[in-house]
Amino acid sequence: MRAVDGVTLDIGESEVVGLVGESGCGKSTLGRGILGLLPLGARADGEVLYGGRNLVMLPPKELRRLAGPDLGLVFQEPMTRLNPLLRISDHFRETLKQHEANLSDAEVKRRSLETLGRMGIPPTRFNQYPHEFSGGMRQRIMIALALVLRPKLLVADEPTTSLDVIVEGQILALLADLKRNFGTALLLITHNLGIVAEACDRMAVMYAGKIVEEGPVREVFAEPAHPYTRELLRSTISLETTELHSIPGSPPNLIDPPPGCRFHPRCPDAMRVCSLLEPIEQRLGEGRRVQCWLHGPQARIPADGELPLEREAIGVADEA
Amino acid sequence: MRPEVAEPAAGPQTDEEPLVSIRNLETYYSIRGNFADRLVGREAGVVRAVDGVSLDIRRGEVLGLVGESGSGKTTLGRTLLGLVRATGGSVEFEGREITGLRERRFRDLRRRMQVVFQDPHASLNPAMTIAQAVGHPLQIHGLVHDHAELRARVAEILETVGLAPAEAYLDKYPGDLSGGQKQRAVIARALILSPVLLVADEPVSMLDMSVRAKILELMLALKQDFELTYLYITHDLATARFFCDRIAIMYLGRIVEIGPAEAIYADPKHPYTQALLKAIPEPDPAKAVARDLPRGEVPDAASPPLGCPFHPRCPRAFEPCGWESRDLHDLLEMRWAGLAGDPRVEQEQRIVGDLAALDRPSSEVRFSPPRGRQPQEVVSLLERVRAEDPEEPFWRGVERLEAAGTHLALVFHEPREPRLEPVGDSEVACHLYDESAASG
Repeated sequence: MRAVDGVTLDIGESEVVGLVGESGCGKSTLGRGILGLLPLGARADGEVLYGGRNLVMLPPKELRRLAGPDLGLVFQEPMTRLNPLLRISDHFRETLKQHEANLSDAEVKRRSLETLGRMGIPPTRFNQYPHEFSGGMRQRIMIALALVLRPKLLVADEPTTSLDVIVEGQILALLADLKRNFGTALLLITHNLGIVAEACDRMAVMYAGKIVEEGPVREVFAEPAHPYTRELLRSTISLETTELHSIPGSPPNLIDPPPGCRFHPRCPDAMRVCSLLEPIEQRLGEGRRVQCWLHGPQARIPADGELPLEREAIGVADEA
Repeated sequence: MRPEVAEPAAGPQTDEEPLVSIRNLETYYSIRGNFADRLVGREAGVVRAVDGVSLDIRRGEVLGLVGESGSGKTTLGRTLLGLVRATGGSVEFEGREITGLRERRFRDLRRRMQVVFQDPHASLNPAMTIAQAVGHPLQIHGLVHDHAELRARVAEILETVGLAPAEAYLDKYPGDLSGGQKQRAVIARALILSPVLLVADEPVSMLDMSVRAKILELMLALKQDFELTYLYITHDLATARFFCDRIAIMYLGRIVEIGPAEAIYADPKHPYTQALLKAIPEPDPAKAVARDLPRGEVPDAASPPLGCPFHPRCPRAFEPCGWESRDLHDLLEMRWAGLAGDPRVEQEQRIVGDLAALDRPSSEVRFSPPRGRQPQEVVSLLERVRAEDPEEPFWRGVERLEAAGTHLALVFHEPREPRLEPVGDSEVACHLYDESAASG
């Protein structure tokens, strides 16, 4: 199964990039792939270039050395990622000493408290255990734990999914400020377009293992180039929503994805060519690209290829 | 897509008897303490999950029950369904008192009231086929005579919820279905007994954005077809907007605002309702402005704040809202978090000493500084803190701060609990709308 299939994505220094898509589209796999944290049995090809080095080819030992001071990860469930038997101070000591063995205890404490403070955790609670903190506090601690080593890139996989809406807003505000406060680049993986709009500079939309559109957040929201992006935007329910909308059908099985464009069975704009040939990436200006035959190239579309695709109707219940 | 609302939803002015009438409902959980406590039968305390809630659910309406985790919204739904026992108050369903009913009697009632839970993956037994699972209620209640009838009834309801053709789903296992399909099966199972009331506890929050709308539309259509009444429990005011005729906002076991949906969205009164609305991320980068969200999180329900439970987080809190010792604890901690790395933090900690003395809820604090420190030092420190951020609502609650002999006396204005009072088309529990509190 190709969970992530031929994906290209750049993340600049101090940039906040949103990676969006439905569940099962491969966005979490991509996030972990970047950090070399794929499960056993997974095979990765291609390049993940970080500071000129290809992380995919790096021996595990060297990759581990980068994990922390260079590459950080924040997971979805703050409740389960801290060790219940260790104090918050122990978590920080372990993390810092793993990478800087000669650090003095005073220095460990100073650096930990400073990072925790910026995340809104008071110094008086440094020696408490994880269960003494609320969900939002634990996620703040997790983020602080990733940031205390000052990584260049932080991958945050649905970091607010299990949190309440007000706490989610608080955490998003912290993440959006990372570049200012820590100079850290952030890859924010989420299914919620509202979060992308709020926190990100650039975004990539993933569908069935491929990035189908990428660009600056404002441009993509104002004028989505890929029909999937457009439909995803329309189906997001917010306070401004005036009409309920959903995308018919469900994402394909990645063991046997549809031929041509993987979205064509659900696409309202599908043309004949879409079911025959894989779309070719098109550049639509600075930092903006899309994989969709609607944007050409004309020369590669066969005769009659632009006629609407005739399909069987999608059943009401064939959905995600 | 909003359903036609038969009547304006404000105030209990209709003659028709409500389907559900809840009065002063209390559902308390006792906290089990340590082993020794349990041995002698001592309770470590109670959590007031539902703390004196009164509301009606009218026939044919969708009532939204909205709040964060720990607000008691789910416990209220469970108490209504008899899945949790009420510890006080009354719930009348179709004019009949149902608190304290025995489980056997409740089982008959459950043909009339059904539930859809949040997680469709956990709501279906993975070892039962869809036909078995959806038909199970009919068997439990002895409503079918043979296997063929059971299958026919299940097939009919599956088609109704959009799982068509039913033959394609009858013999599948939950593992073969997508999240949206599973939730449709769960809804089918709830409807197969033709209930009048459906409690839907976060029915779409586990689903992908692309299918949420479809499930909401299905539920609205089913409401018309089956003449259902819904209690829609959610944390999400955005989906509630499409769904609800009236909305009740819960915070720490109490209703803080209730009214017609239009009024709640157009003119939210309670600062908590305002905060919940402000917190919803808007998928429009052009509108993404810095949001001033309430600080902190929902406090521990085992020892809720004095006065209004929302006051520690409320940007508009003032004198009567219930300021107390623990608010000073939080104020100092948040100050020190903000000053992290600054040497002042340690200096100030030495002056104040152990904050644990502030953890007993009280609106009068007598506080002894650590040995070798003068109470006047603490007073000066607090006055300095106040001068640095005079807008901090905490200071509005302070009536007196002075050194008195060997200790420090900090007296807050007397806390008052806000009650639900009519404000415009809604009812709101907030001192901002309470004339006597605002003028006093």
